[in-house]
Amino acid sequence: MPAKVLVVDDEPAIRRLLRNTLIRAGYTVIEAGDGRQALHQAATEHPTAVLLDLGLPDRDGLTLIPLLRTHGDAVILVVSARDAVDEKVTALDLGADDFVSKPFDTDELLARLRVALRHHGSSETTKKIVRHGDISIDLDRRVVCRGDEELHLTRKEHDVLAVLARHIGRVVTHERVLAAAWGGEEEPRVEYLRIVIRNLRQKLEHPGPVGSVIANELGVGYRLRSDA
Amino acid sequence: MHVSGDGRPDPDALLRAAAQEGRGRFKVFLGAAPGVGKTFEMLSEGAARKRDGVDVVVGVVETHGRAETEALTRGHEIMSRRAIAYEGRTLREMDLDAILERAPRLVLVDELAHTNAPGSRHPKRYQDVEELLSAGIDVYSTVNIQHVESLNDVVASFTRVRVRETVPDSVLEMAEIEVVDIPPDELIERLRAGKVYLPHEATRALSHFFSKSNLSALRELALRRAAQAVDARMLDDVRALGLGGTWAGTDRIVVAINELPGADALVRAAKRVADGLRGPWTAVFIETPRAAHFSDMQHQRVAAAMTLATQLGAAVATVPATDVVEGIQNFLVDARATQLVMGKSRRSRWFEFLHGSVVDRLIRDTPGVTVHVLPVYTEQADRERGRRRPAHWGTPAGYAITTALVAGVTVIASALFHVLNLGNVGLLYLLPVMAAASLYGLRTGLFAGIASSLAYNFFFLPPVGTLSISNPENVISVVVLLGIAVATSQLTSRVRAQADLAAASARTNATLAGFLRQIAGVNDIDVAAQMICDDVRGLLDVQVVLLVPGVGTSLEILAASDASYHLGTMDTAAATWALDTGMAAGKGSGTLAASEWLFQPLKAGGRVLGVLGVAKDSTANPVRADQLPLLSSLLDQSALVLERLRLEVEMRDVETVRTRDRLRAALLSSVSHDLRTPLTAVIAAAAQLHHGAPPELIGTIESEAARLNRFVANLLDMARVEAGALKLKIEATDLEEAVTGAAHDARRALEGHALRLDVPPGLPLVRADPQLLHHCLLNLLDNAGRYGDPGTEIVIEGRNRFGELRLAVMDHGPGLPTGREKEVFETFRRLEGSDRAIGGTGLGLAIVKAFAEAMGMAVEAANRDDGVGATFTLVFPSGLIVRDPAPEGLT
Repeated sequence: MPAKVLVVDDEPAIRRLLRNTLIRAGYTVIEAGDGRQALHQAATEHPTAVLLDLGLPDRDGLTLIPLLRTHGDAVILVVSARDAVDEKVTALDLGADDFVSKPFDTDELLARLRVALRHHGSSETTKKIVRHGDISIDLDRRVVCRGDEELHLTRKEHDVLAVLARHIGRVVTHERVLAAAWGGEEEPRVEYLRIVIRNLRQKLEHPGPVGSVIANELGVGYRLRSDA
Repeated sequence: MHVSGDGRPDPDALLRAAAQEGRGRFKVFLGAAPGVGKTFEMLSEGAARKRDGVDVVVGVVETHGRAETEALTRGHEIMSRRAIAYEGRTLREMDLDAILERAPRLVLVDELAHTNAPGSRHPKRYQDVEELLSAGIDVYSTVNIQHVESLNDVVASFTRVRVRETVPDSVLEMAEIEVVDIPPDELIERLRAGKVYLPHEATRALSHFFSKSNLSALRELALRRAAQAVDARMLDDVRALGLGGTWAGTDRIVVAINELPGADALVRAAKRVADGLRGPWTAVFIETPRAAHFSDMQHQRVAAAMTLATQLGAAVATVPATDVVEGIQNFLVDARATQLVMGKSRRSRWFEFLHGSVVDRLIRDTPGVTVHVLPVYTEQADRERGRRRPAHWGTPAGYAITTALVAGVTVIASALFHVLNLGNVGLLYLLPVMAAASLYGLRTGLFAGIASSLAYNFFFLPPVGTLSISNPENVISVVVLLGIAVATSQLTSRVRAQADLAAASARTNATLAGFLRQIAGVNDIDVAAQMICDDVRGLLDVQVVLLVPGVGTSLEILAASDASYHLGTMDTAAATWALDTGMAAGKGSGTLAASEWLFQPLKAGGRVLGVLGVAKDSTANPVRADQLPLLSSLLDQSALVLERLRLEVEMRDVETVRTRDRLRAALLSSVSHDLRTPLTAVIAAAAQLHHGAPPELIGTIESEAARLNRFVANLLDMARVEAGALKLKIEATDLEEAVTGAAHDARRALEGHALRLDVPPGLPLVRADPQLLHHCLLNLLDNAGRYGDPGTEIVIEGRNRFGELRLAVMDHGPGLPTGREKEVFETFRRLEGSDRAIGGTGLGLAIVKAFAEAMGMAVEAANRDDGVGATFTLVFPSGLIVRDPAPEGLT
């Protein structure tokens, strides 16, 4: 049975576009034009995923996220024209799985949705070994290999890569990465994270372009690209 | 206006004429004496105007129970009077505010010279009238000739009755004057018939006052004054029309004010001279070192004379000088004066023999100036002489040291007596005398002289051990000792006084210069106001507030020297009055003197910009008379500063509006161009798709839509910058990451170009807002893609150089017009030679600059060194470069 996606947006044109795109990609689509309808649809139709616009006529879309979380286990993908970095972070902190900015690339939107659905049911991947291209990350054994060759990572590089790998395909905020890798230490600093990411890229991406393995979400966090 | 020949209109006369516009007409019924029927005449004429349909009310009329007068008031609307409680009595004064509110066309106000009850707005009724006239209300009023300020002395001289209530001549000069005239015989007849109410002042000398000769003289004065008024009006008309010709105007009159009683009489005399010669006149006070020892009474006398002179229409000046004669002479030359009016003080022949008579010296040494000499009052002056200067007795320490010195000299002289002769011992005694006289002044010097001569006499002059002198020659030694004491002390005290004066005036000048220098650089009106308050406080030791007109009719306190000032209702009223009229009000002035504060207007460019209030804790006047010149200099300078700041603000406002208008126009044209072009392409391409058009049109739709998106993002960014709503979220940022991210997002704009990233991974992190930096880079790449020649390479180069980090975006194209590289960062600026068809709004680079500067970076635009294109560089100063974090955090 195809996954059911609830599209929440007050603009009929956007709803029509998303509906066409999603149906062509094989999903079932239900729609809501405001927050009240969205909650009603979520309660009665039990969608697998929600594409949520934050600018709704009757309420701030951000307030819907915790309600949707408590009333079901749908994947929440925020789709918003709002530019503020703070809001993206807030949405992620409130329990959204990912976000896409308007205007969006439909291919990218579908890819994000796919990744989110793949990890549906658990916020972290349960796999022992995460792969990206020819790179494999063994979470339990803390071993990272490119092909057969083992890469030598420092402890911090391992910690950072591990938290990204557990959420592969999804954005992890700076705060979460810092908490996971430097959690015990006082005052974790973004500059440490930048240097560690830079070193990780040197080891994982070289000689490919910067960002081909670890993508940067401007001001929000990092994402380990999925092979999707 | 009729202007003939080279006659130019006299600006002053034109100004006076202009000031009359909008003011009420003023007519004064002038009488020679009480009882001539001024009030009757005024009421009759008022009634006549009323019959003509004019809105007439009676402001105040004293009928004194006369039936005929009473009958005349009956036809009029009479304003009720205002009750003022004063010392247990209730005084009923004219209700100025009620009349102003009633706003009749004409108001009848009796007794122009009347003094209002304390607590009224103005101390004098003529000031009430002045306000009525300013409000555009016509006023009829009455006055007797002996109340006219400049004739006060003259009248008193033959009637022996001095009236205290006077009206300044300047008030009468505004008026049309009608003399109410009846022959003296008839007036005496009316007096006998009991038809004349006699004012309090006159009852005393009744029989004398109403003698026929007096009445004739008064009548003549009244008629002459009226004739003069007609003359003055004609002159004004003539001057205003520029029909100059040869009217007398070459005489300039100077009156030298002194501190003696009768200084006011000097001023009035000068006014008469000036009126007679129709020349401008100036009252000058020569401030000699002596002025420092003036009593309060003397200070006040000078200030009162100066005030009177101002009221009578004179210019005033205070000139510091060491010598009265020199001071006056210099001033006469500067003022090109032809007439000098001065007082002759009664001094002893002895004093004049020693010092020379000021009058004699002036007359002798000042050719070309007519000198009018007036005797000044003597009885008061003599009485005052005794306590005029507090005796300078010297200090006990001075006497003690002098005694010790004399004793010391005596001991030394005794020890050396066998090698010295008597005359040399006498010389030795000069030392303590000169020392005491020069250090402690005359009295101590004299004491030293006496003590020395006594010691000399007792210990050395034969017969030794007695105070008698055997040789008459030795008497000379004693006299010389005393003489030296006098001469030395005089000399040194004069030198000291001159030095004091020089120091005082240097201090004043230095203060003023310092004040000006300090305030010249100030661009903020609040800072300037505070500075003015603090400086005036520092100079005059008073509390200071600076008030400016607020919203509506209220006053706004711009600054105060002390946080804990208090302004009561009376003070606020005085401040408002000073602001509205441009004249001083409050304590020590003629208006609302019950206020604790003295408010002086700050005037510049013919308007009142604010008022400066000063107050002193004690009950004395806030500002001493000798400080007034300094205060007025400070006020003038402060007003100029405030005016300058006001103009600057105005200019800035105008400039802002102009810039905004220009930007708005540019925005509209660019929005219509830049939004419509891609929209046209999108719509056209979409329409083609309906008809199964080739799929490359889809690319067109995509790229045009991306362009639109970019443009809207820029508009939003610009709006954020303009609204000042930029919120920075600065964090350590990796430039390599930033550049690759931007290159990825700008890939559509860079189509057709090869992009080379030359950002070494070893570059340090920088502090920046990642989002804003991203937008900067996007715009720079967008710009490079647009202006770089197709197929060429675009390079992003990061370098750490001389402690700065430089991130450059280089294109390969026409480059920038030489010498105008900086202009590219202006909003909506597209340099000539850049083709309109390339598109772009000129917003992008302006945003780069605004964002970069918000983050503390600089932007530079230049042509490449190899001359094949343009380079845009983001410069991160050393402060934005993050030092490498401690390695412990990384492992």
